[in-house]
Amino acid sequence: MKTFKIGGIYIEEYKLSAGERTKVITLPQQVVVPLRHYAGKPSIPQVKRGDFVKVGQLIGLADGFVSANVHSPVSGKVAKIDNALDAYGYKYPSVFIDVIGDDWLETIDLTPEVNHTCELTSSEIIKKIAESGIVGLGGATFPTHVKLTIPAGKKAEVLIINGAECEPFLTCDHQLMLEKGEEIIVGVTILMKALNVKKALIGIECNKNDAIINIKKWAKTEEGIEVVPLQTKYPQGCEKQLIEALTGRRVPRGGLPVDVGAVVQNVATTFAVYEAVQKNKPLIERIITVTGKSMSKPGNFWVRIGTPLSHVVEQVGGIPEDTGKIVAGGPMMGRALFSLEVAVAKGTSGLLFIPSTEAYRKKVENCIRCSKCVFACPMGLEPYLLMSLGEKMLWEEMQKNQALDCIECGSCSFICPSHRPLLDYIKNGKVAINNIKINSNN
Amino acid sequence: MNNLVVSPAPHIHSGNSVTKEMKGVLIALIPAYLAALYYFGLGAFIVSVTAVISCVAFEYLIQRFLLKSELTINNFSAVVTGLLLSFNLPSNLPIWIIIIGSLAAIGIGKMSFGGLGNNPFNPALIGRVFLLISFPVQMTTWPKPIPFNMAYLDAETSATALTLLKEHAGTLPSTLDMFLGNMGGSLGEVSALALLIGFIYLLVKKIISWHIPISILATVAIFTGILHFIHPEMCALPLTHLLTGGLLLGAIYMATDYVTSPMSKLGMIIYGIGIGLITVIIRVWGSYPEGMSFAILIMNGFTPLINAYVKPKRFAEVVKQ
Repeated sequence: MKTFKIGGIYIEEYKLSAGERTKVITLPQQVVVPLRHYAGKPSIPQVKRGDFVKVGQLIGLADGFVSANVHSPVSGKVAKIDNALDAYGYKYPSVFIDVIGDDWLETIDLTPEVNHTCELTSSEIIKKIAESGIVGLGGATFPTHVKLTIPAGKKAEVLIINGAECEPFLTCDHQLMLEKGEEIIVGVTILMKALNVKKALIGIECNKNDAIINIKKWAKTEEGIEVVPLQTKYPQGCEKQLIEALTGRRVPRGGLPVDVGAVVQNVATTFAVYEAVQKNKPLIERIITVTGKSMSKPGNFWVRIGTPLSHVVEQVGGIPEDTGKIVAGGPMMGRALFSLEVAVAKGTSGLLFIPSTEAYRKKVENCIRCSKCVFACPMGLEPYLLMSLGEKMLWEEMQKNQALDCIECGSCSFICPSHRPLLDYIKNGKVAINNIKINSNN
Repeated sequence: MNNLVVSPAPHIHSGNSVTKEMKGVLIALIPAYLAALYYFGLGAFIVSVTAVISCVAFEYLIQRFLLKSELTINNFSAVVTGLLLSFNLPSNLPIWIIIIGSLAAIGIGKMSFGGLGNNPFNPALIGRVFLLISFPVQMTTWPKPIPFNMAYLDAETSATALTLLKEHAGTLPSTLDMFLGNMGGSLGEVSALALLIGFIYLLVKKIISWHIPISILATVAIFTGILHFIHPEMCALPLTHLLTGGLLLGAIYMATDYVTSPMSKLGMIIYGIGIGLITVIIRVWGSYPEGMSFAILIMNGFTPLINAYVKPKRFAEVVKQ
C-alpha cells in the first residue's frame, strides 16, 4: 500500500466517533463570526450595528488577494462588531449577530438533489469560490481561490484530494465521505475543471475502508478520478507527505505543490466547493468531531460558523467530568483552549476532551540519543539536535540544520521516551530565524 | 473547568519512556542469561548479581553524595550496564574484581560525563576493558561449560574458541556447540541462539533498528570470507567468526547502545562497518584473540564525527531554484 518514504509513525487511532451519523447542532442565541480565519488578512466588515442579515449574506469582504469573504451563518440582527478571542488566543475583529429565526437568502438552493452539470469556465469557477469565502478546511484555512490560481509559468498536472485524516480521534472528513460521496465527486470534477487538469487522485487511509468503498463507487461515474488507499501513517495528511505518497514526487525546499504539478484540496473543502458552485451556498457551516476517551457519546456534528464552543458542548451532553485539557482540532496539531467562549471557525475540525490524567506532560529527562525522533521525522530532520541548538539559542546553526523545513507535525515530541519538548524548541527557533531574516531584509 | 491545562501541541504521547526502553533491553537479555546460568551455573549467578548490585549501588552513591543530583537508578539503566558488564566477564571472576569493574563502568564510564545520555563511551565496555588491561590473567581464564556447575572460583577452565584459533592449538568446538553456546567464554556471549532470540525481540519491539547489528555481522562475514579465501590458515571460516567470542553480544547489545551510537541510519551503517573491520583486524593480526570491545569503543569515539557529517536523508533535498 502506498505511503510516504521518510519517517512517519503509527499512532493509536482512537476514532471513537467513526461511523456516527452527523447530527445538527441547534442555533445558539448569538454567533460570533470571526473576520479572519487564521491565514491571510481579516476581511472588511460590510454590515454595521443594528443591521438585519440573512443566512448567506456577505458580512466581510476579502481585503486583498490572500483573504477570504465571510458570510453570515445565521439570520438576525448585528449586535456589534468587536474584537473576540480565537482558538489561538489572539483577538481579531468579529461580527456578533443575535440570532432571529433561520431565514436564508433566496439565491441559495436548498434542495437535496445533487446537481452534476457545471457550465462555468475555469475562471468563473475560481471567481465563484472566492465569492463564497471558501478556505482550506483541513485546518490551515488558506483561501482556496489562491491555491487554485496557478502562478504564471507553472502548470498543474494533477489534483490531489486529501481524505487521509491522519490525526487520531478526528472523523469529520471520514463521515463526510460516507454521507456526501456523490457531492464530493462532483466537487472534484469542478476543481479539475478549474485547474484544467485531466487527473485527480483521492488519498484515503486504509483505516477508513467504508469511505474508500463509497468514494470509489461514485468516482467510477466520472473520468480521470482515482481513489488510492494509503497505509495508516501519521502525518500522511500533511500536504508534502500526501503528494509524495500519491505521486512519488517531493516538493522542493521553499517550493509549492504546484512546482511538482500538484494542487491539494481537502475533502471537506471539495464539498464546500460543490455547494458554492452548484448550490450557490457560501461557506457558513462545517462538520466538527466532538470526542474524547471519557465522552459518553462522541459524534460528528454540523455546526454553523461562529457558534460558541460552549453552545456545542451543551448540545452534546456537557464536558466529561475528568477533563483536564480541551483541544480545538486533533491531538497532534490542535490548539489547547483556555476557555470554551471561543467561536467555531472555518478551520475548526474537532473538539477533543483529554482526561486530566493525560493532560499534563511528563517530567523531561536527559536525551538518551535513541534516534527515535530522527527516524520519526517525516522531513528527515534531527529534532534532538535542533532542540539542543535551540536551548543554546544558536539560531544560525538551527537554520543550517534545516529547522525551517519542519512542518510541526509533532511526531518527534510524541515518540520521545525522555518526554523532551522537541517541537516547542523547533517552533521557537523557526520564529527566531524568521525574525532575523525579516530584520536583515529591512 | 477552571483548571484547564494549556500547552503547545502535540497533546498526546506514545507512552514510551526511558524506563520502558531499559526494561525492554533487560527482557531481551533473559534468554542469554538463562543460557549463562545453564552453562556456567553458580559462577554466572554470582558474577551477574554482583555486577548489577554494585553498578546500581555506585550510581546511587555517586548521585546521592558526590554529585548531590537527582537519583536516576529507577530508570534501570544501571541495571542494564551491570548485567551487560557481567555478560562480558568470565564466570569465575572474584567478587572484588567485579566491584572494581563496576566502579570503572559507572564512575568513569557514565557518571563522570554527567550520567545517562552524556557518556561518549559504552560504560559496560569501559568496565570490561579496564579489567582486561588491569587483570589480564583473571580476565582470560574461562571456565569450561558444565551444565548447572556449582563450582565458582575453582571451576575447571578451558580456552575459548578464539584463543584456540589464535594459538593454533586444540580442536574447535563443533558448529552446533558454538551455536548453542557449549564452549568457553564470557558468561553472556556463548549462546548465539539465545542472543538471536533477544535480537528478534528488540527488533519486534522497535527498541533497536537492524542497521548496526546487521552491518557489523555482514562486514565481519564478508571480510573474514575474503581473508579465508586468500589464506585459510590465517583466518577461519566466516561462520566460526560470527559464532565465537563477543561478536553477537557486542553487535546486538553493546554497539547498539543508544547513547554512544550514531543517530542516522547511514551513520549507523558506517559505524557498524567500522566495528566489523576493526574487530576482524584485531582478531586476525592483533595480539588479543578478541577485538569486539576495542572496536566498539574506538567507533564510539567516532560517533560525534559521524553525527556531524552524516545527516539523515532530508525530505527537501532539492532546493527550489
